[in-house]
Amino acid sequence: MKEGTKLVVSPSPHVKDAISVRGIMSAVIVALIPATVSGIYLFGLHALAVIIASILSAVGTEFVALKLMGRKFVMDGSAVLTGLLLALCLPPTVPLWMPIVGAAFGIAIGKCAFGGLGHNIFNPALVGRVFLALSWPALMTRWVTPFDAVSTATPLAKGFGSVPIFDLFVGNVAGCIGETSALAILIGGAFLIAMRYIDWRVPLFYIGTVGFLMLFLGQNSILDASDLDSLVEVGKESLFHMFAGGLFLGAFFMATDYVTTPMTKLGRIIFAVGAGILVVAIRTVGGYPEGVAFSILIMNGFTPLIDRVIKPRVYGTKRGFVGGG
Amino acid sequence: MRIQEFTKGIIKRNAVFSLALGLCPTLAVTIMVENALGMAFAVTFVLVLSNLIVSVIKGFVPPDVRIPCFIVVIASLVTVIEFIMRAYSPTLAEHLGIFLPLITVNCLILGRAEAFASRRPVADSILDSLGMSVGFGLALIMVSAIRELLGSGKIVIFGHEIVPTVLSSPAVAMTLAPGAFLTIGILLAIMRRFRVI
Repeated sequence: MKEGTKLVVSPSPHVKDAISVRGIMSAVIVALIPATVSGIYLFGLHALAVIIASILSAVGTEFVALKLMGRKFVMDGSAVLTGLLLALCLPPTVPLWMPIVGAAFGIAIGKCAFGGLGHNIFNPALVGRVFLALSWPALMTRWVTPFDAVSTATPLAKGFGSVPIFDLFVGNVAGCIGETSALAILIGGAFLIAMRYIDWRVPLFYIGTVGFLMLFLGQNSILDASDLDSLVEVGKESLFHMFAGGLFLGAFFMATDYVTTPMTKLGRIIFAVGAGILVVAIRTVGGYPEGVAFSILIMNGFTPLIDRVIKPRVYGTKRGFVGGG
Repeated sequence: MRIQEFTKGIIKRNAVFSLALGLCPTLAVTIMVENALGMAFAVTFVLVLSNLIVSVIKGFVPPDVRIPCFIVVIASLVTVIEFIMRAYSPTLAEHLGIFLPLITVNCLILGRAEAFASRRPVADSILDSLGMSVGFGLALIMVSAIRELLGSGKIVIFGHEIVPTVLSSPAVAMTLAPGAFLTIGILLAIMRRFRVI
């Protein structure tokens, strides 16, 4: 029988797209290049060493873990992405064993223990980061200024008004390797949104929620504003909280992870708004200056519940019909 | 009277890893090996004596009120061991804190009383409780040794440095609650993988 006339009997899905896991992961890695380059440019070659150590450890751990699980190791790029994301949310001063331990923990416990790619509940890179932050709090909070590497605190720890908004936007502030430059992240994020790899709703609602709530809950509240000058201050503080810390990196690259966030559009909006509320809560009344990692991990835990309540429309049923049978 | 009643509780039907009983103290006090030893001692005392007493009185206890009767026996024994610990080792009692009186509601102890001692002869009950205690103690020591080594970098028992500093910057997370869940989970996975239990 000639090729092409064969009757293929296979389980669904029958229609397959050309997009593969490897393709998506490569696109996200490409989108992270601006943030990675800006991090290396700002914080020097040690940042590059941290990134390489983290990626090698992530891939190596995945290789060993899959071998132990008796599965075939596929170089689909997801481990590379996890390693890269972890390195980008570490301080540039960390000793090299920390990205290695963090990436190994994130991949082994955060991903492979749950069954590998597609089965993990929590974002592996953030699992690694939070483990490092809980284990070595002192080493994870040694911040330096860009270029001259003088010890300092992050803008969020120092509070609103400590750095010009423009410096925050381009990334000329202390912070994690890949999180400081909102501009570089925005370039990569815009690419992903334009290519339709990520849903624009997530970053918009996540960052928007933080900005909106900070209008009311910051040091300058819109409710107390009497004249134009104080209104400008309120706006500036809201912008400060949107650009400072890891919010942009988290919103574009971690809250949009396919595996650990809801499947439906409405579900993603709920996820993003919830994470935004958590960030504001942690920053204003919590014990940490920054809460992006925790907010995304907590909402990761809610993802199965959100997906249970908000189900995708079953093909053929009426629009607006919730449940779908 | 069979010797298997003793040996089964050590590995094959280990309280923590196989029966998943007594997890609360396993999670809470295994920050240091010292605490684990204290808890293992206290649980052994209560478990052996409560199994003995429950097995002896099983003929007189009306079935409808058996659980309250067992609890009275266990709670009395816990009070005794608590007073002994406070008198002879106040620092250890302080470390164990609320988890010392909470032995009263440890499911391992009530579980053995209900499932074993209340329907078996006295000798079997004692052997069973001894085996269960050894198994529980081994599990506590195993978990706490891993947590203290990784979380504090060294193991110190009653002032003696058993393992000198091996980690200069230990992982503090291992001494927090997540560290306990991680350690027990990983140990359980390894044991299931190699069919130890």
